[in-house]
Amino acid sequence: MTVALEVTGLSKTFALGRRLIGPPRAHVRAVQPLSLTIKKGETLGIVGESGCGKSTLARMLAGLLKPSSGQIEIEGETLNAADSPTFGRRIQYVFQDPVSSLNPRKTIRQIMEAPLKHLHRMSKEAREKRIAEIFTAVNLRLDFLDRYPHEFSGGQAQRIVIGRALAANARILILDEPVSALDVSIQAQVLNLLSDLKKKFDLTYLFISHDLAVVEAISDRVAVLYFGSIVEIGPANQIFTKPRHPYTKLLAESAPVVGRPLTAPEGREIELPDPQNPPQGCSFRARCSRALGECGFESPDLVRVAENQMTACFNSL
Amino acid sequence: MAGYILNRLVSAIPVLLGISIIVFLIMAMIPGDPATAILGSYATPENVEKLNRDLGLDKPLVQRYFIWLGNMLQGDFGRSFSLNRPVLHEVLERFNGTLILAGTSFAICSILGIAAGTVSAARQYGLADKAITFAVLLGISIPSFFLGMMMILIFAVNLRWFPVSGMWPIYGARDLSSLISHLTLPAMVLATVATGVIARLSRSAMLEVLRQDFIRTARAKGVRERSVIWRHALRAAMVSIIPVLGVQAGFVLSGAVYVEIVFQWPGVGRMLVDAILKRDILLVQGGVVFVAACYVMFNLAVDVAQSLLDPRIKT
Amino acid sequence: MSFFGLLARNRLALAGLVVMLAIVVLALVTPLLPLADPDVTNTADRFKRPFEENVILGTDHLGRDLLSRLLWGGRLSLAVGFASALIAATIGSAIGIVAGFYGGRTDNIIMRGVDMLMAFPYILLALAIVAALGPGLINALIAVAAVNIPFFARNIRGVTVSIAHREFVDAARLSGMGDARIILTEVLPNVIPVIVIAMSTTVGWMILETAGLSFLGLGSQPPQADLGSMLGEARSALITNPHTSIVPGAMILVIVMSINLLGDGVRDALDPRLRSGALSRPMPNTLVRRKEPVPETKNSALLALSGLKTQFHSNGRIHKAVGGVDLRVRSGECVGVIGESGSGKSVTALSVMGLVASPPGVITAGAANFAGQELIGATYETLRRLRGDRVAYIFQDPLTALHPLYTVGEQLVEAIRAHHLTPKVEARNHAIGLLKSVRIPNAEERFDGYPHEMSGGMRQRIGIAMALANDPELIIADEPTTSLDVTVQAQILSLLSDLRRERGLAIIFITHDFGVVAQLCDRVAVMYAGRIVEEGPTHAILNSPAHPYTARLMACVPELGRGRRELAAIPGQPPVLDRLPEGCAFAERCHKAMEACRAGDISISATAGQRAVRCIDPKFRATDAVR
Repeated sequence: MTVALEVTGLSKTFALGRRLIGPPRAHVRAVQPLSLTIKKGETLGIVGESGCGKSTLARMLAGLLKPSSGQIEIEGETLNAADSPTFGRRIQYVFQDPVSSLNPRKTIRQIMEAPLKHLHRMSKEAREKRIAEIFTAVNLRLDFLDRYPHEFSGGQAQRIVIGRALAANARILILDEPVSALDVSIQAQVLNLLSDLKKKFDLTYLFISHDLAVVEAISDRVAVLYFGSIVEIGPANQIFTKPRHPYTKLLAESAPVVGRPLTAPEGREIELPDPQNPPQGCSFRARCSRALGECGFESPDLVRVAENQMTACFNSL
Repeated sequence: MAGYILNRLVSAIPVLLGISIIVFLIMAMIPGDPATAILGSYATPENVEKLNRDLGLDKPLVQRYFIWLGNMLQGDFGRSFSLNRPVLHEVLERFNGTLILAGTSFAICSILGIAAGTVSAARQYGLADKAITFAVLLGISIPSFFLGMMMILIFAVNLRWFPVSGMWPIYGARDLSSLISHLTLPAMVLATVATGVIARLSRSAMLEVLRQDFIRTARAKGVRERSVIWRHALRAAMVSIIPVLGVQAGFVLSGAVYVEIVFQWPGVGRMLVDAILKRDILLVQGGVVFVAACYVMFNLAVDVAQSLLDPRIKT
Repeated sequence: MSFFGLLARNRLALAGLVVMLAIVVLALVTPLLPLADPDVTNTADRFKRPFEENVILGTDHLGRDLLSRLLWGGRLSLAVGFASALIAATIGSAIGIVAGFYGGRTDNIIMRGVDMLMAFPYILLALAIVAALGPGLINALIAVAAVNIPFFARNIRGVTVSIAHREFVDAARLSGMGDARIILTEVLPNVIPVIVIAMSTTVGWMILETAGLSFLGLGSQPPQADLGSMLGEARSALITNPHTSIVPGAMILVIVMSINLLGDGVRDALDPRLRSGALSRPMPNTLVRRKEPVPETKNSALLALSGLKTQFHSNGRIHKAVGGVDLRVRSGECVGVIGESGSGKSVTALSVMGLVASPPGVITAGAANFAGQELIGATYETLRRLRGDRVAYIFQDPLTALHPLYTVGEQLVEAIRAHHLTPKVEARNHAIGLLKSVRIPNAEERFDGYPHEMSGGMRQRIGIAMALANDPELIIADEPTTSLDVTVQAQILSLLSDLRRERGLAIIFITHDFGVVAQLCDRVAVMYAGRIVEEGPTHAILNSPAHPYTARLMACVPELGRGRRELAAIPGQPPVLDRLPEGCAFAERCHKAMEACRAGDISISATAGQRAVRCIDPKFRATDAVR
């Protein structure tokens, strides 16, 4: 097994109300120090609800945001500073909103050529050839190249974005909610395309989504994020059917499913913890029906509970 | 709330300091020697040197700034050589006139502008909207000094409805009615441009708000249309209109310079222009700092008004 | 449509352009015209009236030819105005782009400086600069340009910030571009329209300002004259010889007015929101323009829609959002309307009470009968009385659907008092009761809270409480849980389900989620390209969908607990609503489409078990759907 991406103690704290001089008024910890390893050729899914820090994590991994602490090792090489070109050759990012990730004033050709020109210094002929290859791989017609982004539907635009990520020739792709903005019937097209591309180009994926079923369908392993930390990580085919962390269980039971009667998995009406005043101990404690006394004092570490499965809970299922 | 006001007051201090620095630096750029200008034909080298020492002009720039600032904080803005009286006295006296003129105009343009903009938006593409839009265009395209001259020609000279110029009658009582008759023309002229700008921005702010989801919610609740426009939409639009009012207050103060000159109104604007033409630097410096400081305080009041309107601004 | 096409369509802007061009041409050819020397004084000929002794516009107080001075002065005013606008725009935009792009401390320091300059009423700064540099036209130009730099800097910074945070800038970074290249090729092209708009709407203003400084005697110095100084010199003779003032004053007015007309036209043509009609005011009711005969509705149900068609008319294109919908909702029944984006489900829901924004929305056909009362084409007052009282709405995004500046309590009380003259205290108690009924903890405290102080789930509860305010018979819920997290969605759905049973509510539930429909709805209607393709009891449709679209759409939805797998997909795209195909709209993507499918309109036909399907070959088993 070769490691594609290894993260140790990565965290991000945002300053609120920055002043001209002096310290900012408040800090928000978006990502608690966390460690992760992604194997080469693997798809790691990351799920969590809004505000859990999944996009912040992804942006740090792509070098778009400077981490507050910790280090990122890609294919055995440590990349720390937010230095996009170095990152760009190794890791690429597919954003949620395909329309806003394409510059409305550039043609698709200009967009596709950018990584070839600036990352790989390819000649004009080489670029032409490479773009043709990629367009075939993502099922797009070559005559799209001279059009502008607004002429495309969401599904097509997302293929273009994926094509641009491939053009950089990076081996790792961060897919940040790549199908959330698309309709179900189009969503499946893009997901299947991603699976095909992975085999064809030998890629490693970090797949972020709030949709458990989508994550389960595409991932090998899944990490569940809550309030900036990983609360559970395990194989995709197991983590939602046999959750060990109460939050994972809550998520799995909340998704409306055909054939399951409507129930509110949480009896109480609960608000999420305030990131500016994080609770002491386990951040899930207030919503948790299995909370113990110690949960209020100490936050649990990730511990192995089964083969390949780790969870951060003092009273795991 | 008190905390918010205090916070804003404290944050105004660097702005005020900045203003004083900018004014001081601009004035320090003046080529030539103020002493020579003051002394005129009496400018023998000895006299110039003596005056420079008296005025503190032989000291380094930074030191001069702090001396000037310190004096100003004690109420000493220096002495105007052209009028031969303390700058502060002259400025305060003249500012009174400007305040009456600009304050009246500001009240007119705020009320008229917002009302016109709201009506215009509510009747988009209707007759009222077209009429208002055209009037607004005319209003913002006409130079206030030209408009003032035409008003004098029509309403003062030909129709004799209002006096031609000044703030008070030369003979006769200085009462409210005579002030109003003197004030009407200049206040209207001064309000014209700002009314146009405010109406325009109010219209677009209203149109923006009328597209929002919460307007649809209000309609879905069965709220009457009049209430949808004036209660729901206008209140939300005020969030973007109020800062514009703050900016427009500056334009009204600026326009006052022209209007004061056209109508011979005893105000600070006319004083400044005279002072510049006479190269009375201390008077210019003092007048500019004083008016700018008043404007900063006014904008502070605008911020407070905004925070009262919008609960999302943290108090 | 192209920029020039749009500009040409705007008649006022075109008029402005023509006048502007004429003035510019005149200014350019002035040196070639056989004019008297503008600066030669001849006191014997002073104050000649227009058309007196072949001087067309008369002469001024020194006997100089006014026409000649007007043209030369206009030339100067134009040049100075444009030059200062160009300088201010260039420097201001550069500052704004740098501040907005780099953000952080750079931004902070630059913007503090800009704020400092904006803390002056502009004329004070201009006067101070002229005082320092001395009177003169070039100095006036510098002053006016300097005073306007902060305006551009602040404007452009705002736009740049929003562009610098767009994903395509991140993508450019990952494509290996450096900051300078990103600013020039990614940010600048998107900022330029805003710069052009800002410039075209301020050039006129800058001409006025420079003329103003000259008027005060601080700009152009005699004998050279621009329009402002001509007016300034003429002022002393205003009463005796008004023509010397009117001539230059009118010229300034004409120049500035034509520039402003043109500037507004440029703004309208460049602003994408104006172009898409997004800044037109929605009327209180959706426009109804029915050409076809209105269908008779025999209504035994609570709500019956028949043949409802709603279109969007914009820029000469017609989007057929809803193309003939029939739907019945009985008392106490929950009907789900499911479809993908653009299927017309939300527009159908909003059409019922005339809440589709118009312009551009128009209801072109159909009827909607609510408890015996016709809704389409009803007067505003009729609809208003029903809205929120007997038919209430719950909208998708609870953050934007609530008024940000009123407390939750005020908004609830308003909903009650819009229909019932309840005393305020009583309304307050009722509202608190409503908050309790939607299970909001600390209802009394929340009553005085603002929407922004609450979480998404809490806000949607407020939305539901507001819909319940007058005990309606029908609630139309337009994707009420789509913007919520799953755990919160589960809470809201169970709340809705409980309330419905307690109060005997009828609900139309718009959604794109089969899971939600399955859990909440008695019946379901599936929409595609503006029409219902299948309708019937929920369990029947979910167990054996009859329409190929329903079946294949259901197959696309990944289900939790089935592990890693290939997903079924529907090839192709939904049709574009302004170019709908003949016949079945799904035929293009349907694997069993035949010629008859594309031949003509296919009607929806009832089948066994209260079901209806719009397909000529609906015998389709659920298992076939999975590829």
